[in-house]
Amino acid sequence: MNDNAKARFNGFLLSAAHKIGLFLAMAVICLPGLWIVLASFRPTVEIMAKPPVWIPRDLSFDAYIAMFSGVGQGGIPVIEYFRNSVIISVTSTAIALALGMAGGYAFARFRFKAKSSIFLGLMLTRTVPGIALSLPLFFVYSKLGIIDTHFGLIVAYVALNVPFTIWLIDGFFRQVPKDLAEAAQIDGCTRWQAFWQVEFPLAGPGIASAGIFAFLTSWNEFALASQLTRSVNSKTLPVGLLDYTAEFTIDWRGMCALAVIMIIPALVLTFIVQKHLVSGLTSGAVKG
Amino acid sequence: MATVSLEKLVKRYGSLEVVHGIDLEVADREFIALVGPSGCGKSTTLRMIAGLEPVSGGNLKIGGRVVNDLPPRARNLAMVFQSYALYPHMTVRENMGFSLKIAGQKPEEIAPQVEEAARTLDLTHLLDRRPSQLSGGQRQRVAMGRAIVRQPDVFLFDEPLSNLDAKLRTQMRVEIKKLHAKVQSTVIYVTHDQVEAMTLADRIVIMRDGYIEQVGTPEDVFQRPHSKFVAGFIGSPPMNLKDAEIADGQVVFANGDRLPLPARFKDRVTAGQKVTFGLRPDDLYPTGHGIHSGEDADVHRQDLRVILTEPLGNETLVFSDFAGAEWVGRMLNPRRLSPGEALPFCFDLSQAHLFDRESGRTLRG
Repeated sequence: MNDNAKARFNGFLLSAAHKIGLFLAMAVICLPGLWIVLASFRPTVEIMAKPPVWIPRDLSFDAYIAMFSGVGQGGIPVIEYFRNSVIISVTSTAIALALGMAGGYAFARFRFKAKSSIFLGLMLTRTVPGIALSLPLFFVYSKLGIIDTHFGLIVAYVALNVPFTIWLIDGFFRQVPKDLAEAAQIDGCTRWQAFWQVEFPLAGPGIASAGIFAFLTSWNEFALASQLTRSVNSKTLPVGLLDYTAEFTIDWRGMCALAVIMIIPALVLTFIVQKHLVSGLTSGAVKG
Repeated sequence: MATVSLEKLVKRYGSLEVVHGIDLEVADREFIALVGPSGCGKSTTLRMIAGLEPVSGGNLKIGGRVVNDLPPRARNLAMVFQSYALYPHMTVRENMGFSLKIAGQKPEEIAPQVEEAARTLDLTHLLDRRPSQLSGGQRQRVAMGRAIVRQPDVFLFDEPLSNLDAKLRTQMRVEIKKLHAKVQSTVIYVTHDQVEAMTLADRIVIMRDGYIEQVGTPEDVFQRPHSKFVAGFIGSPPMNLKDAEIADGQVVFANGDRLPLPARFKDRVTAGQKVTFGLRPDDLYPTGHGIHSGEDADVHRQDLRVILTEPLGNETLVFSDFAGAEWVGRMLNPRRLSPGEALPFCFDLSQAHLFDRESGRTLRG
């Protein structure tokens, strides 16, 4: 075999190994999700069967029908949970994005005292596990009387998300050349206009990513929500999953069905926003 | 159309003063170039004029009106950035029409103005592209187009050509000159390239360490530099500047080599004075290969040894050894020289300069 053929063969082997590796990694990530979807259609006996039943024999929408059937027929207040989740996630994301944009812009563009210490401080808050705060938070909230309210959860999630959104958006504003905002100001913009006309559109992908992240964090958060909510007034979908656990049994099928209901909006949102996550939007702004 | 006046203009960053109270009058429709090495304050001055840097002291007037504290948009000027600063999310058309859109003009009013500017700059076929799809030269033209559309009182250029390759730079230089002839605006042009300054400007302002060293026409600053710094900065290759002392009516260099004292400095120096002797490469040439015939009265002839040559086609730069240092001369109608060869050279002392070594100021009146 000559060297060229050998190199070609090696290249082929490498790319095959690459593909197999990717397939395995994707399988590890995707299979549990697939299993949840599948389990939501199967009777509990089949889910719990030992040895496992790999190929489903008995598929039905029973779990979904039951979920919406009202109390007493295996139903849970899924509409209320869904409403709470949407209100809390959307509001907290919007606030976290607004604060993140303001903060990120300030860190990227302005010089001020103790800038790096403040930035570091913000990042350090991320090192505290949320669950460690649940008890103190519970005490404070109960004193303030905001246990089991949308407001309470929104505040908690904003606090959870803001350091991250600031950090992410700061990075994206840094990539937008300062010259552009200056050029816009010379072209007749106020600083505010320059921001919205030029810098905001260019940092768009970063803001969108921060938005997705903040939304998913709030949407999926369980630990804090389980402590700070009590009733259908404010219980979110992840907390709602607990409704399927009884003293001695767990309705795995129902739980999986609710999980699917939870996953769908997150997936849809990610697909919608993904379009805006085009990187390299600033290319061509300055010398190339 | 407007004049621009800087009166004792100061820029401070905290306690660090970078522009030290400079005065400058720019006439209406004048093309002024600010040149100087990096860190000399020329870009800072331009940014103060643009309103992008606050003025720390003194007055800045545009069209006779003090604009110290006005935001950029209230100064009616346009700026071309070194980086072009095109809006990447807009097409060329939108980039050029942006200022008009912000000013509240209707799309049907904007279109003809943008197209007119595009025609001027030969950009019509690129109007629907985005900046990322353009070459460097095209981006540069779009940046200029964006400036023209605004019909500003004053054009500011911040090293607009320094990101282009040499050939394109020459071409764009010509375009900028044509553009100025056409739009007849006041132009303030910052560059570190003295050739650009010389070729474009009506007057050149040479800056150094936050001070203005000299203001004058290109001929002025080339032929009558006020200081050693200006003499060394303007002209390519730079002027030969060598330290010497005056003794016995001669210029004596450190190693003892001598040149006659140029006639016009006879009454201006005293024996023992420490000076810097300056001679442009054009005024040091192998006999018979100079701009001048070499027959003038104030020409000194001497044989020099050639160290190195740089043939440029129509001329050759000759590096030769004199007074223990390397001197650059310019040889017109060149012939092939070999290093080590000794040649008769002419020092055209009528064109020589003397500077005080301490202050660096010229010794001519």
